[in-house]
Amino acid sequence: MRDVGVVAFAQRQMREFDGSPTCVELLVPIFAECYEQTGFTRQDIGFWCSGSSDYLAGRSFSFVSAVDAIGALPPVNESHVEMDAAWALYEAWLKIQTGEVDTALVYGFGKSSAGTLRRTLALQLDPYTMTPLWPDTVSIAALQARLGLDAGLWDEAALAAVADRSLRDAEHNEWAIRRGGSSVEDLLARPLYADPLRKHDIAPVSDGASAIVLAAGDRARDACERPAWITHFSHHIDPLHLGARDLTTSLSTRRSAPATRVDLAELHAPFSHQELVLRRELGLGEDIVINPSGGALTANPMFSAGLNRIGEAAGRVWDGTADRVLGHATSGPALQQNLVCAMGATP
Amino acid sequence: MARTLSQPVTVTFDYTRSTGPVIGRFLTGLRDGVVLGGRTADGRVLVPPPEFDPQTHAATTDFVEVGPGGVVDSWTWVPEPVAGQPFDRPFAWALVRFDGADCAMLLALDADHDAIATGMRVTVRWADERVGAITDIACVEPSAGDLGFDTLAALAAQPAAGEPVTGVVSPISLDYLYAASPEESAFFSGLAEGRIIGQRCPVCHKVYVPPRGACPVDGVPTTDEVELPDSGTITTFCIVNVPFLGQRISPPYVSAYVLLDGADIAIQHLILEVPADEVRMGMRVEAVWRPRDEWGTTIENIAHFRPTGEPDADYETYRMHL
Repeated sequence: MRDVGVVAFAQRQMREFDGSPTCVELLVPIFAECYEQTGFTRQDIGFWCSGSSDYLAGRSFSFVSAVDAIGALPPVNESHVEMDAAWALYEAWLKIQTGEVDTALVYGFGKSSAGTLRRTLALQLDPYTMTPLWPDTVSIAALQARLGLDAGLWDEAALAAVADRSLRDAEHNEWAIRRGGSSVEDLLARPLYADPLRKHDIAPVSDGASAIVLAAGDRARDACERPAWITHFSHHIDPLHLGARDLTTSLSTRRSAPATRVDLAELHAPFSHQELVLRRELGLGEDIVINPSGGALTANPMFSAGLNRIGEAAGRVWDGTADRVLGHATSGPALQQNLVCAMGATP
Repeated sequence: MARTLSQPVTVTFDYTRSTGPVIGRFLTGLRDGVVLGGRTADGRVLVPPPEFDPQTHAATTDFVEVGPGGVVDSWTWVPEPVAGQPFDRPFAWALVRFDGADCAMLLALDADHDAIATGMRVTVRWADERVGAITDIACVEPSAGDLGFDTLAALAAQPAAGEPVTGVVSPISLDYLYAASPEESAFFSGLAEGRIIGQRCPVCHKVYVPPRGACPVDGVPTTDEVELPDSGTITTFCIVNVPFLGQRISPPYVSAYVLLDGADIAIQHLILEVPADEVRMGMRVEAVWRPRDEWGTTIENIAHFRPTGEPDADYETYRMHL
């Protein structure tokens, strides 16, 4: 295996992006930040890969328009996934492993605010027995939360504790769109929304874009003083039907877990209880720092929030606060698909 | 104030899907008033039936009638329903494990919020008209008794009626607030004043109309605004002979790329006031604007282009734009 490191990360998260669904104007300054962080120009990038979906904002071929932000003459080596850009990062990592390229820039973008996100996402469900009922993502997560409550795997206070810690940590994240902790008691006093979830248990609808630069070996060392070397990269999927799996567990996460322990983890949990599921499956005890960025409960831009978890975790390696970290991304209803990228200060 | 123009857009389309033998059997069952599960090799009964056994990968062939009574494994309350859901008032979703089934399926539950509890017994309420779709189950509702069997639901069962279900049509309708980019917004706002606005790339100096968020060659914002004339040269064209839904002009007519003078990318528009067979590459054309009181923030302010009568442009002047 080649040593591949995360060497740059730039992001934007916002409640409502006042611009086109192609997000080109968001991507241009994000790419510029990536060039600045690495000293690369666009000619140094061997492979480009993005994550987005046209359903989100109703613009056809938005990922093609987004290529404008790259500057594609002469033509560039490019690919796209209709998943969170964390999966685009996986494709880019594989591409580098093949030896075809040494560097890659991976980006994700989405304007969730253009539609009704929780409704649009019904289109990712089984088209015969689920989508015609338009089950919304918030309700599906709430069904999952209750299963754990009824089974005694977590209680409402545990959910509130996750939300409270996230909102506190988000005070230090300039890109968080929801921030400000209070107390578990205060959060529990707030009304239920999708019973048993309260609004602070549910990620806010968010717009945004972000990008990560990967580089192999010396290209990484040249671009970054302390690259976050990828030591483990894995993703798995559970069955689509909600009844076909135990929703209080996440076998796809368990299977994606790294063999070695980490000091810090950024988990993509758009709902409070999902962080608890992920921690258990990844074996992350109380001594592990979780989501110092505030996590997805404080901003969850579709198609980049998972990539952001990897970028945030890599940032803790760059700044020396941690030596071994983990970034996780999820996609699909109730943690159906999960990806884990572990990184360290040494390859 | 928003820096972009936006307007509501509704995207609608139908997904027409074949069902295959397993889902088809399940939906045929619903049409006929029975809920069918599929038995897997390990003896479990899954609802809806999986097309293939998750362990052995064998096609599902053993169908078992389940329900119509069942138990609520989990539930949630929907305070703000979205379009298309089973109810347009607050309601509950439930994971319902039908009697005889080993897993739960997602259905709407019609009951008061206070009356819902995990473990409660429910039964199917069938739709008034059943067509062979998941919506044939209107919802589940609390069971009248503890028998786990609702008489009315049982009465709904009817002998196989008609052909097996082989397909479903799922209408999709999605509402968006669609925004133009700031550059596109400037372009459309300009059109409302009878002006054509482009932008120049600061690196390669190419002029784009409509302006884009970034120069597709250099990947940098195209910041310098350029006002363009409404005359130009046809670089290429096609004669439309084929009628299609929504067509506003009778074929044959000409759709062409018009390279406005001073621009580096052509815009597509209609060429009228000339017989289709006389349109040619290099022909000089000018915009014909609709009456000013009909103008909006749209390219349709220009009704079409027509020949100016000038001599054709020299091939060299547009060679690089083909």
